[in-house]
Amino acid sequence: MPRKRTTRTQANGTLSKSSLPKGLEASDLVDYYTRLVQARTIDERIWALNRQGKVPIAASSQGHEAAQLGSLLAAEKDGDCFLFPYYRDLALKIAAGLTPVQTMMSFMGKAGDPYSNGRQFPLQGADLPHKIIQISNVVAAGLTQSVGYALGCRMAGEKTVVLVYFGDGATSQGETHEAMNFASIHKLPVIFICENNRYAISTPQSAQMVVEEVSGRAASYGFPGFTVDGMDLMSCYEATREAITHARSQGPVLLEMKVERFMSHTTDDDDRRYRPEGEVERARERDPVVTLARTLIEEGILTQGQVDEIAATALQATDEATDIAEASTPPDESVLHDSVYSP
Amino acid sequence: MSVTIELPHVGESVVEGTIGKWLKQPGDTVKRYEPLVEIITDKVTMEVPSPVDGSLVRLLAEEGETLPMGAPIAEVATADSPEGAEPETASIQVETAAPSSPGTTGQLLRDVTPVGPTGGAVVENLEPAGASTAASASRSAAAATPTPAKPAPQPTAAIADRTRLSPAVRRLAQEHSVDVSRIQGSGLGGRITREDILKFVESGAAQAPAAALARPVVGETSADGQETHVPLTPVRRMIAEAMVRSVTEIPHAWSTVEVDVTGLVAFRTSVRAEFEQKQGGSLTFLPFISKAVVEALRSFPTMNATWGGDKIILKNRINLGLAVAAPDGLMVPVLHDADQLSIAGLAGGANDLAERARTKKLTLNDVQGGTFTLNNTGALGSFASGPIINYPQAGIMTFETIQKRAVVIDDAIAIRSMMNICLSFDHRINDGAEASGFLSAVKNRLQSMAPGTSIY
Amino acid sequence: MTVKSVIEAVREAIFEEMARDPKVFVMGEDVGIRGGVFLATQGLAEEFGDERIIDAPLAEASIMGIALGAAFSGMRPIPEIQFSDFVWPSINQLIGEAARTCYGTNGAVPVPMVIRMPYGGGIRGGLFHSQNVETHFFHTPGLKVVAPCTPYDAKGLLKSAIRDNNPVVFLEHKKTYRLVRGEVPDEEYTLPLGKADIKRVGSHVTVVSYGLTLHYCLEAAEELAGEGVEVEVVDLRTLSPLDTKTILESVAKTGKLAIVHEDNITGGVGAEIAALAAGQAFEYLDGPVTRICGPDVPTMPFAQTLEDAYMPTSDKIADGLRKLAAY
Repeated sequence: MPRKRTTRTQANGTLSKSSLPKGLEASDLVDYYTRLVQARTIDERIWALNRQGKVPIAASSQGHEAAQLGSLLAAEKDGDCFLFPYYRDLALKIAAGLTPVQTMMSFMGKAGDPYSNGRQFPLQGADLPHKIIQISNVVAAGLTQSVGYALGCRMAGEKTVVLVYFGDGATSQGETHEAMNFASIHKLPVIFICENNRYAISTPQSAQMVVEEVSGRAASYGFPGFTVDGMDLMSCYEATREAITHARSQGPVLLEMKVERFMSHTTDDDDRRYRPEGEVERARERDPVVTLARTLIEEGILTQGQVDEIAATALQATDEATDIAEASTPPDESVLHDSVYSP
Repeated sequence: MSVTIELPHVGESVVEGTIGKWLKQPGDTVKRYEPLVEIITDKVTMEVPSPVDGSLVRLLAEEGETLPMGAPIAEVATADSPEGAEPETASIQVETAAPSSPGTTGQLLRDVTPVGPTGGAVVENLEPAGASTAASASRSAAAATPTPAKPAPQPTAAIADRTRLSPAVRRLAQEHSVDVSRIQGSGLGGRITREDILKFVESGAAQAPAAALARPVVGETSADGQETHVPLTPVRRMIAEAMVRSVTEIPHAWSTVEVDVTGLVAFRTSVRAEFEQKQGGSLTFLPFISKAVVEALRSFPTMNATWGGDKIILKNRINLGLAVAAPDGLMVPVLHDADQLSIAGLAGGANDLAERARTKKLTLNDVQGGTFTLNNTGALGSFASGPIINYPQAGIMTFETIQKRAVVIDDAIAIRSMMNICLSFDHRINDGAEASGFLSAVKNRLQSMAPGTSIY
Repeated sequence: MTVKSVIEAVREAIFEEMARDPKVFVMGEDVGIRGGVFLATQGLAEEFGDERIIDAPLAEASIMGIALGAAFSGMRPIPEIQFSDFVWPSINQLIGEAARTCYGTNGAVPVPMVIRMPYGGGIRGGLFHSQNVETHFFHTPGLKVVAPCTPYDAKGLLKSAIRDNNPVVFLEHKKTYRLVRGEVPDEEYTLPLGKADIKRVGSHVTVVSYGLTLHYCLEAAEELAGEGVEVEVVDLRTLSPLDTKTILESVAKTGKLAIVHEDNITGGVGAEIAALAAGQAFEYLDGPVTRICGPDVPTMPFAQTLEDAYMPTSDKIADGLRKLAAY
C-alpha cells in the first residue's frame, strides 16, 4: 500500500518558520530561491531566443522547479549522490552549478559547452563536476544506466546514492520495468523520481496508464513508493532526504512528484492544440517561484525589495550571458572527428 | 525516308572491302550516282556511288574498317523525309517558362524555415517575456520561391570501343613502356593478365626490337581430324595474290653487303634523347637508313623505276614504302617525296605512318604510289633476308640485325657494330653492277654517318 | 604452448583479466553457477563470487543498459548476450547509447565495456540461434567489433578488448567453440585490435574472411594449391577498425580479391572491402572483386539441406577462387 506524503504547507501556501525541514537553515532557502529565480529567468530567455531564431530547440522546466530543486537540495546536503536527469531538468542542471554563460553556450551550440562541446542537444552529455550524466533523450534510456551506475559504485565499495529522473511517459517503457526490477533484486541505492506532469507531449496520463498514481508500481518490485506534491519545494526536499537514507541501506525508492507543465512540450510544440482551455492558467496559480517568494516574505526571511533585487540580478546575469554566448564561436569543424573513441 | 547504303557486291570472289576514304560527310547532300566512298578490295579499289538523292545522315563505318559485302555503311535521308529535303536546319525553341508543378521529383525550397529539430509547426505570435515579435512574424510569413526545373540530362556519349585491359595491366604497361599489342594473353578469352605483362617484361622482350607475334590462328578441324582449316582474311588474300604476281612476273636477283654502323650507332645515341624529348616519338635506325637509301636512289634512278613491258619507266618522285607489321598483316605505307625530308623529318613521318597503321587509320593515299620499299627485317632478329619485291617496283631493300662482331681493320681485329643490307631487284631493269653500286652507295652513306651530322 | 579449444581460450581470457583487474566483472543470463550455456564462464562464479559474476534477469535491454551505467562509474563490465539473435532488444543501449557516449560527452565519459555474444550458424540453430549480426555494429562509429576464429586469436584479442576503453562487440562463432582447436601460449600475451592476420601466404588470389568461413577458406586454399593456384588467406580478426593496410597490400600483391563471409551478401562487410579495393587499389586489380557469402535470406534455416545450401562451404569457396584465378 503506497504511503502518501502530506504537504506541510497551509492552505494559502505559507510555511511556518518553526516547521522548516530538518537540516535546513533560512539561508539555504534564500540560496535556493536565488537559484530558482536564476533558472526561471534563463528558462524564459531561451524560449524567447528560440522565437528569435537564435536557439534551435528548448525544453522548459517551468512548473517543475520545486521537484527538481527540492530533490537536488537533498542530494547536495547528503553529499554523496549522483544524478541521471532527463531532458526537462533544466532548472536542476542550472541549480546544480551550471553558470548562465555555460547554459547559454549549450543552448546555442557554442564551443566550450560543458555538456558535449556542441555535439548534443542543449545540456545533454555529461557535467561530471556536478555529478550529472544524461547521454541521450531516448525516453527512459537513463533508468537502466542509473541502476548500473549504482551497481558499479557498490562494487567499488562506495556509498553513492543515484537519483534518476523521468516523466510519466517514461514509465511505459519496458526498460523502466527492467531497471526497477534489477534494482530491487540487488537492493541498489537508486531513487526513481518521476516528475509526473500528466502529459507526454500531448498524450494525457489516462492514455499512458490505467492507474492514477505511478508510485503504486513500486509495490510490484517490493520497494516503497510515495506520491509527493511536486509544486512544493519543501515537500520534495523532505521526501528526497528520507529516500536517500532509505536507499543507501535498504534499496530503491520511487518518488512520484506531481508537477505542472506550464509551457508546451518544447519550443517545437503548441499545447493549445490539445490542452483544455484554462488548464495552464490554473496551474500557474501554484507557480513555485511565486509561492516560495511569498513564503519567504511572509516568514520575514526576505523583503520584497530583496526579492526584486534577486530578480534583477538574475535578469542582468541572463542578459550578460546571452551577449557573451552570442558573441562566442561554435566548434571548429576540425573537431568533428574527435572523441569517437577513447584513447 | 531513311535509306541504308550497303557495301555493294562486285564480283564473285570478293567478299570483303575496306573503307578507304569517305567522299561525303554527314550533312552533305548527295545526288544519285555521285561518288560516296572509296572502297579497297583485293581485286580493285573503287568508288561507290550513292543509289539515291538525299543528304548523308550518318556514317556506319570508319575509314580503314574492313566489312563484308552487304554490310551497312551509311544512312542517307531521301527527299521525301523531313531531314533530307531541306538543307537548312529548323530553329529549336527552348522552353524557359517555369513549370507549374514540381513533378514527382519535387523541389527543394531555400527561403523557408524548416521544421524544428523535434517537429514544430510554424511559430505563431506567442508573447513570452522579452520576445521580439517582429522576427518570429517574418519567419512564419516566409514564402516559397519556386526555382525552374532543370532540363533532363542528355544521354552520355557511347563509350569508344577499345581493347579492354584491367587497371593493373594498364598500369604495368605504362610503367614498363610495353606495347600490349605485342603480348599474347593467357587469361580468360585471351585476356592479357598481369602475369603476362610481368613475364614479358622479365624476359627482356620489352627491350628487344619488336618480335613477330604468332598470330592467333583459329580454324575449323577437318572431318578426319588431321587438319585445321584457317579461313583467309581479306588482307591475307591480298598479300598472297600480290606475292604470287610479284614472283611470277618479276625475275628476282639478290645481293647483300655488310655495313659498319659503329659510327651510326654512336650518332643515333648522341641525338636520340634530344629528338625524343623535342618531337615526341622514338628515333630508331630507320630514318637514318631511309636517308641513305633515298640519296642512293637519286644516284641510281633505275632502282626507283618499274618495268613498262616495252620500256623502263623511271619514277620522278621518290616515294619510300616502309614495311610495317600491322595488326592484320604486312602493310606498306608510303612516305611520299622521302628525298625531301631530313632524318628528323623521316623519323616523324615514319612514326606517324606506323602509328596509323597500328590503329587502322591509314588512308588510301598512304598506301599508294610507292616507288621503292624498305623493310626492317633486323627487328625480327634476321641476319640476312631474301625479300620479295613490292610489285611493280624495281627493288626492295632490307636492313638486318645490328651485331657487334670481330672484324679485321688494317690487319688488326676490332670490335665493330655490323649490319647486313640485302637487296632483291628486278633483273630486267638492273644488272648486278647497278645493284651492287646501289648497295655500295647506301653502305658508304651509312658508314659516313657519325656524331656531328645534323639530323635536321 | 598448449592445444586448446576456442571456448577454453575465451574462458581463460576472462579469468585472467578478472584476476588482474578488480574492476572487471561479468553479467548475463546463466553465467553464474551454470557457467554460461556454452560454458564460457564455467568455474568463474566459484572463483570470483556472485558479486562479480552476476546472473542477470531475462532482460537484454537492461543487461546492456546496466552494464553501460556501470562503465560510466568506472567499472569494466563484460555483459554477455546469450545468443546474438537476442541482441535486438538491447540495440538502443548498444548502438544508440554506448556508441555515442564518448563522442556525446566530448570524451569525458569513456565506455570500457566488452559485449560478448556467440553468433553464427551451421549447428542446426535455425532462424533464432544462427544469426550473423556483425554488420550493424561494423557500421556504427564509436563501437569496435572483433570476430576471432582461433583459440590463439580469441584469447589474445579478448584480453585486449577487456583492456580497451571503448565498447567492443566481441563475436564468438559458436561452431568454432569446440570445433576449432589450436595452440595457445602458456605465458601472458595479448593481440592488438585492428590488425588482420595472414593465415596463408599466396601470390595468385587474395581471399579475405573472418569467423567460421575463414577455416573453409583455408581448406579451399589447400585444394587450390594442388592445382597450382596459391591463395593468400587474410583473417580480418577485427572488423572495426578494419585493417585496410593489410588488405590493400595483399590486393596489390595478387591483383585478385575475393571476400567470404557467412553473413548475408548485400551490405555486408564484404561490400565495404570491395569498395575499399575498388577505390584505393584500382590500379592493382587484375580481375573483378568477388564475394562468396551467405545469400539474402533471413538467416540459415533449420533443415539440414537448407542450412547446407546457405553456408559458404569450402567447395563453393574453391569454385569461386578457381574462377577468379583463371580470369
